[in-house]
Amino acid sequence: MKEFLWYAFAFLAVGGGVAMVTRKNPVASLLFLILTFFSLAGIFILLQAHFIAAIQVLVYAGAIMVLFLFVIMLLNLGHDYRSDLRGGGWIVIGFAGAGLFGFFVSRAFRGPDLVVDHGGAALIDRAVAEFGAVGAIGIPLIREYVVPFELTALLLLAAIIGAVVLAKRRV
Amino acid sequence: MLLNESLILAGILFSIGIFGVLIRRNAIIIFLSIELMLNAVNLSFVAFSRAMGIDGQVFVFFVIAVAAAEAAVGLALVIAIFRHYETLDIKNFNLLRW
Repeated sequence: MKEFLWYAFAFLAVGGGVAMVTRKNPVASLLFLILTFFSLAGIFILLQAHFIAAIQVLVYAGAIMVLFLFVIMLLNLGHDYRSDLRGGGWIVIGFAGAGLFGFFVSRAFRGPDLVVDHGGAALIDRAVAEFGAVGAIGIPLIREYVVPFELTALLLLAAIIGAVVLAKRRV
Repeated sequence: MLLNESLILAGILFSIGIFGVLIRRNAIIIFLSIELMLNAVNLSFVAFSRAMGIDGQVFVFFVIAVAAAEAAVGLALVIAIFRHYETLDIKNFNLLRW
């Protein structure tokens, strides 16, 4: 059952991704990316990362994509349906990137395992049982990772100030 | 477990994001492809965290926070550029070219 759900979410994610890069309308592109984000949140839950799945839906699909949508609305962008694919040599480079895609698809059918299990699942399950789903990430965040945590707060402050200054009409 | 398949899916999504960044001229679509690449990396971090410990998920937390900050500043830049050029076609943004 888990495998079937994983494959369903994976096909939705890849389908949403391919649809996203091939739409002419930026709003349609964004909605397919939101579909990809929800499928990835489903895969996170199947991988037992419940807090990250909730944060993915709340922050990525809920805040960042809404910000993109508001910018598309403010710039009145959804009406020009001409194709905007780059021509010439870029198509060759683009298909080289798609060749990378083909390499990863081929790894799905043969080859050794990519991951060596070090028993992380047991550690995570123990932490979740003791501290809860939020505490299992929150406690390392406050203990071992407190410096990146505070630096991220500074980064968000800088981003807020920068976004306000860059988008003002008269500086 | 689903770890191997999740890593392969992360690679596939990353390649789709690269394809989108290289092949499109609209700045918003390029930004969305970059977000898709960041999500592919998040998926690989969560898959490895299932094998190695909680640290992968803590890093995903930071990646999501940094992606939010980058999206805010990047979209403010897009708004400022659009006010000046009236278009978001990146073939017009060539002031830094040789």
